[in-house]
Amino acid sequence: MKKKITVLLLVFVLLVASLGTLVAFTGCTDSESNFKVGAIYINSKSDTSGYTYAHHNGIVKAMEQLGLDVNRQLKIVDNVPEDYTQVSNAIDTLAGQGCNIIIGISFGYIEAMAAAAKKPEYSDIIFTHATGYMSSLDSDEYTATFNNYFGRIYQARYLSGIAAGLKASRGGKIGYVAAYGTQYAETCSGINAFTLGVQSVNPTAQVIVSELGTWGDETKERQAANELISLGCEVITQHCDSAQPQMAAEEAGKFGCGYNSDMTAAAPNAHLTAPIWNWDVYYKLAIGTAMNEPENFMTKVDNYYGGLKEGFVDISPLSKNCTEDTADKIAQVKDLIINGEWDVFTDVKLTFDAEGKVVMTDNSPILKADGTPTGEIDDAVIKGSMNYFVQGVVVNE
Amino acid sequence: MSITDALASFLYAVIAYNIALLYGTVGEILNEKSGSLNLGVEGIMAMGGMGGYLIGCATNSMFMGLLGAFLVGGLFGLLFSFLTVTLQANQNVIGLTITTFGIALYFFIGRGLGDKFPAFADSPSFKAAFQPVDMGFLSDIPIIGKALFSQSPLVYLAMVIAIIAGIYLKRTKSGLRTRAVGENPAAADSAGINIKAVKYVNIICGTGIMGIGGLYLGLYMGGSFEGSATWTNGMGWIAIALVIFANWKPIAAILGTFLFGLFFTLDTSKLVLVDAIPSLSFLTKIPTQLYSALPFIITAIVLIISSVSKRKNNNEPSAIGLNYFREER
Repeated sequence: MKKKITVLLLVFVLLVASLGTLVAFTGCTDSESNFKVGAIYINSKSDTSGYTYAHHNGIVKAMEQLGLDVNRQLKIVDNVPEDYTQVSNAIDTLAGQGCNIIIGISFGYIEAMAAAAKKPEYSDIIFTHATGYMSSLDSDEYTATFNNYFGRIYQARYLSGIAAGLKASRGGKIGYVAAYGTQYAETCSGINAFTLGVQSVNPTAQVIVSELGTWGDETKERQAANELISLGCEVITQHCDSAQPQMAAEEAGKFGCGYNSDMTAAAPNAHLTAPIWNWDVYYKLAIGTAMNEPENFMTKVDNYYGGLKEGFVDISPLSKNCTEDTADKIAQVKDLIINGEWDVFTDVKLTFDAEGKVVMTDNSPILKADGTPTGEIDDAVIKGSMNYFVQGVVVNE
Repeated sequence: MSITDALASFLYAVIAYNIALLYGTVGEILNEKSGSLNLGVEGIMAMGGMGGYLIGCATNSMFMGLLGAFLVGGLFGLLFSFLTVTLQANQNVIGLTITTFGIALYFFIGRGLGDKFPAFADSPSFKAAFQPVDMGFLSDIPIIGKALFSQSPLVYLAMVIAIIAGIYLKRTKSGLRTRAVGENPAAADSAGINIKAVKYVNIICGTGIMGIGGLYLGLYMGGSFEGSATWTNGMGWIAIALVIFANWKPIAAILGTFLFGLFFTLDTSKLVLVDAIPSLSFLTKIPTQLYSALPFIITAIVLIISSVSKRKNNNEPSAIGLNYFREER
């Protein structure tokens, strides 16, 4: 009896094993294209909002436009924390699945991605890293192609600043719930650009910043917004993930500008507009190039820093809560930026004349909080090293 | 903003932001007094809150919301009691399991199905019942009026529950039995007390109270499931420490909540305080990360102090964490 069972078991195991190889074999030969995209996410791929959701949507949209089969050609490792070992493991997994391009969406993946791009066995893979600053252009040690990508979200923040400045009373207070302040150039340039946008229509308005010290704490985001409202802020904007600041503004009868997605549904009577990302714009370029001409990836895609012009960043549709002249004024500034005539940190301030026409004023330089002029600020500073606020930003220091 | 207004707004925030801590603490005291160390507070609060919130939205009734939070919390208490009292499983392990399970279930339901449930805005009377009350001239008292007399009804309910729990444990016959079970179940058993029944009732009531605390947080957060943390966000753990700080006395837990809250709320309220009182400007110079660590630093300090103090009236139940099995007497 025992023998019979053993034999049966053996036969079963053999059957399963042969079936497995058969499936794997046919799976391999059936595919028209072996091109595969790998993605490492910080949160879950099945999220319904937030940072990972935005990237996942962008990748899926881009792949569909490029005619790729998302189910078969997109490989994902999700819920990967910013930990060297875990990111390295995720890269090994994706490389093992034959991915041609590996996308890492979180800043803290940087070291592990850079290390992987230096390994000779991964030299055929393209590594692309969101919000980072390293690339294979930096040194000869890299064997693989490795770039970083980010967007000129500050341009969209400037536009949302116009909407907020028009909504607030003259010289009024505007609250800014920020994950961080001057520690990160990303938050810092956002706060400055927003403030300059406010000042273009409301020169004496104050922007009061409340720093949270964290990217993901809904309770604190709500509390910070409440405190800003009790300080007398009329409009609440944010550089943090959840819609809590907008919901707080709604409940207090104030107004607000969200971030990342159109938050009008969460705060129908408060929300004005939100700076948003169109990640698919970059992913279409990057995945398309990786698929068709991987050897030219660095010349064609480079370290990507797209803005309004490329459609990579934008603002969500203006809600009914905006003042009447908002659309016109934002459109004028948007045109200037898209046509390359002006940008936020070119040391030229914008104002509007009595007819609502945009005017460039060369004679009033942008000043830092300590009174020294900023001068024209180049991309490297905006992206990587900006650590001061412009005049008009209040942090109570 | 004037100094009185700033202080009033700060004290209001101290209570409004932290009252869920009191629910968790009182619930845990009931658990521990009957001899069960329940480490599942974090998960029970998250799930009780979500259950109550969804039921409240679906029925558009504050009462049903409260009942739902209590029942869902109590359901987890039933699970905990069944595993630890009836099946004699290790309390610490089961408690931690319930926390992990509760948080995971919270995300499973919230992230996956949250969008399909009625939105907060669609349940006006459920929402209205939560709004801060106005007690006329009492609410207008400078500095303390807003904090004490203009809070959400759930804030007062928390204090009422704490006081009732205090009286129950100290003055009633069932309270005495509960304490006896927590101190020495063998002696209580020989006195004819039904140990299992006492444990079940206290654990289920305690976890039900925790659930209401979760509901308060859910209402406060507008029922959003977007965050990377649950509504509870660590409060359940602090509640367990607060039990020790309050020396297992529900009424002392009220003051403990306010004291803990005072430090926790400094972070988000510092802008308002500094705006009114410029001499406090050092508050904004402290890195925000230190504020985030503050609750846990304070908790650690409290635990150290309470463990080295040689107070005679230490209220810790002697049989806490130990399962009672009659045949092993």
